Amino acid sequence: MTAEYSAGSKLEKIFKSGQKAVTGECGPPRGADVEHFRHKANFLKNCVDAVNLTDNQTAVVRFCSMAAGRILLDMGIEPVMQMVTRDMNRIALQSNVLGAAALGIKNLLCLTGDHQSFGDHPQAKNVHDMDSIMLLHTVKTMRDEGKMVSGTEVQGRPAMFLGAAANPFADPAEFRVIRMGKKIAAGAQFIQTQCIYNMERFRKFMEMANDMGLTEKCYIMAGITPLKSVGMANYMKKFVPGLDVPDSYITRLKGVPKENVAAEGIKIAVEQIHECLEMKGISGIHLMAIEWEERAPEIIEAAGLLPRPQVEAD
Amino acid sequence: MVVGERKSLAEIKDMLRPYGKILVAGCDTCTAECLAGGRKQVAELAAALEMSFRLEGKEVAVQEISVDRQCIHEFLLDVIDKAQDTEAVVSIACGAGVQSLAERLPGKPIFPGINTTFIGETANMGLWQERCRGCGDCVLGATAGLCPVTRCAKVLLNGPCGGSQNGLCEVSAVLKCDVPCVWAMIYERLQQLGELDRLTDYCPPKDWRPGGGMGPRQMVREH
Repeated sequence: MTAEYSAGSKLEKIFKSGQKAVTGECGPPRGADVEHFRHKANFLKNCVDAVNLTDNQTAVVRFCSMAAGRILLDMGIEPVMQMVTRDMNRIALQSNVLGAAALGIKNLLCLTGDHQSFGDHPQAKNVHDMDSIMLLHTVKTMRDEGKMVSGTEVQGRPAMFLGAAANPFADPAEFRVIRMGKKIAAGAQFIQTQCIYNMERFRKFMEMANDMGLTEKCYIMAGITPLKSVGMANYMKKFVPGLDVPDSYITRLKGVPKENVAAEGIKIAVEQIHECLEMKGISGIHLMAIEWEERAPEIIEAAGLLPRPQVEAD
Repeated sequence: MVVGERKSLAEIKDMLRPYGKILVAGCDTCTAECLAGGRKQVAELAAALEMSFRLEGKEVAVQEISVDRQCIHEFLLDVIDKAQDTEAVVSIACGAGVQSLAERLPGKPIFPGINTTFIGETANMGLWQERCRGCGDCVLGATAGLCPVTRCAKVLLNGPCGGSQNGLCEVSAVLKCDVPCVWAMIYERLQQLGELDRLTDYCPPKDWRPGGGMGPRQMVREH
């Protein structure tokens, strides 16, 4: 990878300096309650390098990730704006990429998004004019060649550091690394994986990624979500698409007194972080402490990832 | 073929309530095959309407007709003839048939008796499945003869997404039934064909103009 920055975000600079990066996640609320959002984001401020802003995750209407991005910038937190192709066509997607760049957002995570049948508006007409790989390719072309999908020239290229998701636990298992490679070829510079619980399968995924040379072309962040309770573990196992929660973790959570379950969940998360960071080709951790942002600092501290590097975005 | 499902009797009755002389018009091709709009279903609907209105104390005169194709002018002539003596027509052909009839019967109320659902195949006894969206630019040559435009819930052209598990689409969990992941099927078939390399190629955004993006479509064949 070249030393030249494509966006000059803090995240990009940390990766390129060879240090392990840490990102967090903060879901905008189902209303215009900006104070609650700021409150949650504040917990992440000094313990992560950048914060992912989900785009109507699980197809539930929330305030938009671009507005959330601007709010984070005002708070001195670097955003990773997520964008799904479910709800917008190529006109709206490209327009929002330009708008986000104009607002100073420098990291963009391109996703297809959960199907709308999971959310609170299953009656909606989905768009799916593009998929995540097309969005990556589109933004890369806008940034590097100054051209939109149609070939129209961009007046002022959007400087975005581009990311994508990968799910090592989906099927067909042998195709998952190949698809990640397809995302990297289309423009992904960093990858955040789906929440990892099945370490064995993840290890195999990373071995394949190393063998294919993908870890030299892209920064891969291991996705970690601490299990808050036995109920959450069961829910993740049964209802979240593409998640693989081994029974051993559920047994472990059940094996401690109720008041210690959360602490045990955090202990598991810290162990997972250590295990992932030891794997060849892992460039960082993406911590998704879902509606548990207040516990993120202690998890990151216990993992030995504090203090974070002091880096300024361009 | 075009697949459809009959509307509920209550909905059909609500549309027809103001009228005393009704014609039920069927179509003996596609909608007959899916047991929604053929001559047998015409007889059933006519009898059900008469009986149900009678129970409400309203006498209606229901006539029946069924033709081979309501979407072709020549076949419609008999329906147009018979409709002259009635106050309203309920067509149980697909949406194309209903509109063909409406255009040829000015001043006559025309109502749909079925919901046209998709272009599909009779997969099994009593089972019809969607197979084509008429996108106007067929991709089946690249996808082992299985259509992701129609059969992938997210219309992915670079699938399968991270929601594909054990050969099933992520919507299976919500719909509480097994919806096959078409990209898993494509993967398997390409593997059998020794053409898995096709899946590493980037597929660019589709041009939706032939798929209806420019408004209503028509096809003109030069003589």
